Amino acid sequence: MIEVNGLNKAYQTQKVVDQVSFQLKGAGVTAIIGPNGAGKSTLLGLISRLQHPDQGWVRVDELDVHHCAGDRLAQTLAILRQENQISTRLTVEDLVSFGRYPYSKGRINEQDLYKIEQALVFLDLTDLRHRYLDELSGGQRQRAYIAMVLCQDTRYLLLDEPLNNLDMKHAVGIMKLLRRAADEMGKQVVLVLHDINFAATYADCILAMKEGQLVYMGSPEVVITPEIMLDLYDLEMTIQQVRGKPVAFYYC
Amino acid sequence: MFRSLSPSIRLWLLLGGVILASLLFMTLNVRAGWAFTLPFRGEKLLGLLLVAYCIAISTVLFQTLTHNRILSPGIMGFDFLYLLLQSLMVYSFGTVFFSQISPSLKWIGEVLVMVGVMCLLFYWLFIRQQRHLHVLVLVGIILGTLFRSLNAMIARLMDPVEFDLLQDVMFASFNQMDSALLGVSALMALLVSVLGWRYHHALDVLALGSDQAVNLGLNPRRLMMLILIAIAILVSVSTALVGPVTFFGLLVANLAYSLAGTHRHVYVLPMAFGLAAIILIAGQAVLEHLLSFGTGLSVIIEFIGGLFFLMLVIRQGRR
Repeated sequence: MIEVNGLNKAYQTQKVVDQVSFQLKGAGVTAIIGPNGAGKSTLLGLISRLQHPDQGWVRVDELDVHHCAGDRLAQTLAILRQENQISTRLTVEDLVSFGRYPYSKGRINEQDLYKIEQALVFLDLTDLRHRYLDELSGGQRQRAYIAMVLCQDTRYLLLDEPLNNLDMKHAVGIMKLLRRAADEMGKQVVLVLHDINFAATYADCILAMKEGQLVYMGSPEVVITPEIMLDLYDLEMTIQQVRGKPVAFYYC
Repeated sequence: MFRSLSPSIRLWLLLGGVILASLLFMTLNVRAGWAFTLPFRGEKLLGLLLVAYCIAISTVLFQTLTHNRILSPGIMGFDFLYLLLQSLMVYSFGTVFFSQISPSLKWIGEVLVMVGVMCLLFYWLFIRQQRHLHVLVLVGIILGTLFRSLNAMIARLMDPVEFDLLQDVMFASFNQMDSALLGVSALMALLVSVLGWRYHHALDVLALGSDQAVNLGLNPRRLMMLILIAIAILVSVSTALVGPVTFFGLLVANLAYSLAGTHRHVYVLPMAFGLAAIILIAGQAVLEHLLSFGTGLSVIIEFIGGLFFLMLVIRQGRR
């Protein structure tokens, strides 16, 4: 269970995350949506201990995220941010192997090799395993990073805009994969998404943020409505049910 | 053909190169008897190896820390702080004190001051102010300039006898190493390496960036602090032995990245050390014994290193 209580974060006087509290129970996919500058990435950064809150606390499976031992948490929760700049030259396999660091501390064993192989297969990267990251396209690189955090084999997976740089095929592929990770492996996935239709189709729960506050929370049917979308994005949207899921049309 | 060699075979090749260079250095052009030459050159060889080690390791560590391949610890003004300490000591306690105090004791005191200053700076910027690492580097650059100017100012205030003494320290070179410090320096470098060795996997992780390091369970601040302390000690050692060196570390670190064939510090660090050792030892052997040109190695190495630095900057700019 992820418990967030009274989180506050300000840069100088600008409040970026403002009194956010919620609980997420059980496995499933949770999407955080909202306009640019709503504080989505900062919220994810706070939950994952990459950033420190001014006030409030976060607990994941009863572990206080900001005060418990780093390696313990690294086996429970994995985070992938949008920008990952690496100064060394790594192959895809090198990068994915780093996902095993919390367990092996660099000494890779049989089981680690198995997990690495599994992650490479899962993300369709076996042909690219010996390629260097700087020789890959943006989408391929993104998949390599996702393979790495998947290889970390944590119950909780936090992803900041994982669909960036991906074409439709790979975006759908990643979302299906995350869905499978939640359904079959019992993982809890929290991700920031920009495309509300991806959120509506694949998420169990949607958190909508605006100006640092958590303004709506619920299933896609509850959150993806013309009224809420108008409030959130200041855009008129036509929303229809397609195969039982709300789909928004906002291109006019 | 070289591309297909595994990292460990490359290291063995490198070791061969180091041994060859050492043999060359020890045996070329021997005029005096062996009984004199072996200990005399042996001591020099040890000094060169130690300097190569300190410069190479401190530069690779610094570049891993800053995620930047064109920075070296020299930019933080570590070496000028060391020189400033020397000047201050001569100026305030006089020549008698400076020449009578045990060199090892004095030296350990200096290293402690350097590490202390580093820790203070780190504590102030990182823990109190929560600043980014790059601010630390920038403050280091400014302090480096300050130390250098202070050093020059003190040199002007001194009386000529004191200054003469100081010259010995300031103009140390590859050719005239301070051999009194060799033992204690080697011990210090060894201590750093033994304590630091178990962190080599953590260094690989740190190179992924601090977000990823946190994700994988490291405490980057603590690790950065330890690395900075190690760098402060290693730079003190090399500055004490041969004076400030700017571009040499840059040269060997970058060569090591491309020749090691892997990103892992277990291979990159020894590779950088070996390359530095070959360049210093072979360079010194050729200059001293073939060209009978005793003083110029640091000039030549810095010249080549400087050109290499320019090349790196231009290439990075283009990308």
